[in-house]
Amino acid sequence: MSDIGFVRTEMLPEREPPASTVGALGWARANLFSNWFNSILTLASLYAIYAILAAILPWVFSPTWNGASLNNCREILTAAGSVGDHGTSGACWGVIRERWIQLLFGFYPSELYWRPVLAFILLGVALAPVLFSDNVPSKMLIFSALYPFIFPWLLWGGTIWGPIAALAGFVLGWVVYSAVSKTMSSLMGIVLGAVAALVWWLLLSSYFTGALNSILPIGIEVVESRKFGGFMLSITIGVVAIACSLPLGIVLALGRQSDLMIVKYICVGFIEFIRGVPLITLLFVASTLLNIFMPPGTNFDIILRVLIMVTLFAAAYMAEVIRGGLAALPRGQYEGADSLGLNYWQAQRLVIMPQALKISIPGIVSTFIGVFKDTTLVSIIGLLDPLGLSNAIRADANWNGVVWELYGFIALLFFIFCFGMSRYSMYLERKLHTGHR
Amino acid sequence: MSELAIDREIDRSKMQVSDEIAIEITNMNKWYGAFHVLRDINLTVNQGERIVIAGPSGSGKSTLIRCLNALEEHQQGKIVVDGTELSNDLKNIDKIRSEVGMVFQHFNLFPHLTILENCTLAPIWVRKTPRKEAEETAMHFLEKVKIPEQANKYPGQLSGGQQQRVAIARSLCMRPRIMLFDEPTSALDPEMIKEVLDTMIELAEEGMTMLCVTHEMGFARQVANRVIFMDAGQIVEQNEPEEFFNNPQSERTKLFLSQILGH
Ligand SMILES: Nc1ncnc2c1ncn2[C@@H]1O[C@H](COP(=O)(O)OP(=O)(O)O)[C@@H](O)[C@H]1O
Ligand SMILES: [Mg+2]
Repeated sequence: MSDIGFVRTEMLPEREPPASTVGALGWARANLFSNWFNSILTLASLYAIYAILAAILPWVFSPTWNGASLNNCREILTAAGSVGDHGTSGACWGVIRERWIQLLFGFYPSELYWRPVLAFILLGVALAPVLFSDNVPSKMLIFSALYPFIFPWLLWGGTIWGPIAALAGFVLGWVVYSAVSKTMSSLMGIVLGAVAALVWWLLLSSYFTGALNSILPIGIEVVESRKFGGFMLSITIGVVAIACSLPLGIVLALGRQSDLMIVKYICVGFIEFIRGVPLITLLFVASTLLNIFMPPGTNFDIILRVLIMVTLFAAAYMAEVIRGGLAALPRGQYEGADSLGLNYWQAQRLVIMPQALKISIPGIVSTFIGVFKDTTLVSIIGLLDPLGLSNAIRADANWNGVVWELYGFIALLFFIFCFGMSRYSMYLERKLHTGHR
Repeated sequence: MSELAIDREIDRSKMQVSDEIAIEITNMNKWYGAFHVLRDINLTVNQGERIVIAGPSGSGKSTLIRCLNALEEHQQGKIVVDGTELSNDLKNIDKIRSEVGMVFQHFNLFPHLTILENCTLAPIWVRKTPRKEAEETAMHFLEKVKIPEQANKYPGQLSGGQQQRVAIARSLCMRPRIMLFDEPTSALDPEMIKEVLDTMIELAEEGMTMLCVTHEMGFARQVANRVIFMDAGQIVEQNEPEEFFNNPQSERTKLFLSQILGH
């Protein structure tokens, strides 16, 4: 026998890790003070954080909540003794106290504030089964499907027959589609169904609405678009653009991959054109140029025009994001679906899109966030979104010169929404993660 | 490549070739652009046959069996599968695809669905089977491939051999009359090849019509009733396994066999 032979007869027990590698102390040593250079960086960072907070916090916590004007704020600050080298130092929060409701609702009639509030609460209810499909019964989806008709009615008001007529258009289109697709091809069904719905919406529904309204006038007070403003306007544009751009983007992305040349080039042309033009140009087209092409006397609501433009803009970007997800799918997924006998739409809906969308979640949510922030551009064409309002507020002699407080408040609200979307996307990615492939 | 021993008795009682024709290919040609990938293929497969297609890489084996369920389109000639001619008519293609099962080298399971959902997807949406019945069928076939306990896991959580057996079960859930295999064991570690081959042998024992592209010559010897050798897009030689291995006729076949069997 050689003397290098070795056989272990007893397995070693597990031992506790040394104290220096676990707990807060271990963490700090490993991450903050692992060598002299890191220790210096840590101390320098701590000092920088201290210096920044020391400069900002006194400004933020200034006792000016009740200030009635900028001068009044300065008096309060002087009385409190916070006077620096360049005059008083401290925020003037009076402007937010006086105007926050306007920053939220614009010039919406104050006795009707309950309507947008209710609309946004119901928005949450309608989104719940879509966003949190695990925890919310899927029967609630019926409400989600009806919500697009309730939402504009609550915001703009008018007769109840308007949204019902719009809904009837979808029902009519569906009936025509199912009748035709049974007897003829499904493509014919889609085309004829769409035509029937369009004829209804554009030609017939106004008579229907008018007639029923004269028989049974049920409705709520009308609020005109020019009274819309503030975050209500931003959220309205953002939500509609986000909700419409996703399905439109999916269709465009699929169209771009289509074997049919015409469909393909229409989609490519649309996407490239919209992406090649700045949003602000599209908004100017919406606000001014479109009127030139419209027959005189037609009243095409400005918010509706902006909604269409922002939606098209977002859809073009969405299509490219989704195309990226489609390209990332291995060919085998298409072949697997095909070999089982699934047809094109089944394969797309059940196999391809769920995976492509999942891959695209970060890009889709980035686009959502971008669209939501881009809604501030509407202030340039005269709509009173929060930024537009902040200019209006500063035009008031009382608040002339207030800048940081207004922009800070607006930034904070935007940040809350955008951060929420970003966190949700991370939740969704974790939830849909089904192990490595 | 060495031969994997098949260490069990094969029950040949149900392995019967009937007179009924399952697949008929006449004068079929296919091009990729200018490249003539399949040349004058003529092949008749009867119900119950177990055919192994062998040949060097790039000889067109995959292309041939992918033409049979229209994953690839042929340009000339006629392919009749189970009485239905493959043409551009989408209805025919969908019908054939739902009658012909296919197992791929890389499994092609749907990673976003559980094993059970993978198996019930096509029966529910293509065959319109009620969900409950589809799930029962799926469990039946998962038991057959010996992984019922994995039904609620996702494909990413299974080993390669298990995934390939799920892929076989997924095809079987459509109750196909013909099964196509495209190198089902080539992406697997050696110790997993056997479990997949076992599943395939069981299928053969039940009388399934099978066309297998594979390099597993043990399987070809023991299970197949016919071996087809392809090279450069043509069927060079076909014979019963005994004759094919012991007495190859063409030079190409001899060369191929000496390379693959290593002697
Ligand atoms: N989509 C394709 N386009 C062009 N050539 C292809 C395509 N698929 C396969 N080929 C070529 O066709 C030939 C046969 O391929 P294949 O059927 O996959 O061979 P095998 O499965 O026998 O290895 C190969 O030379 C391959 O390069
Ligand atoms: Mg191949």
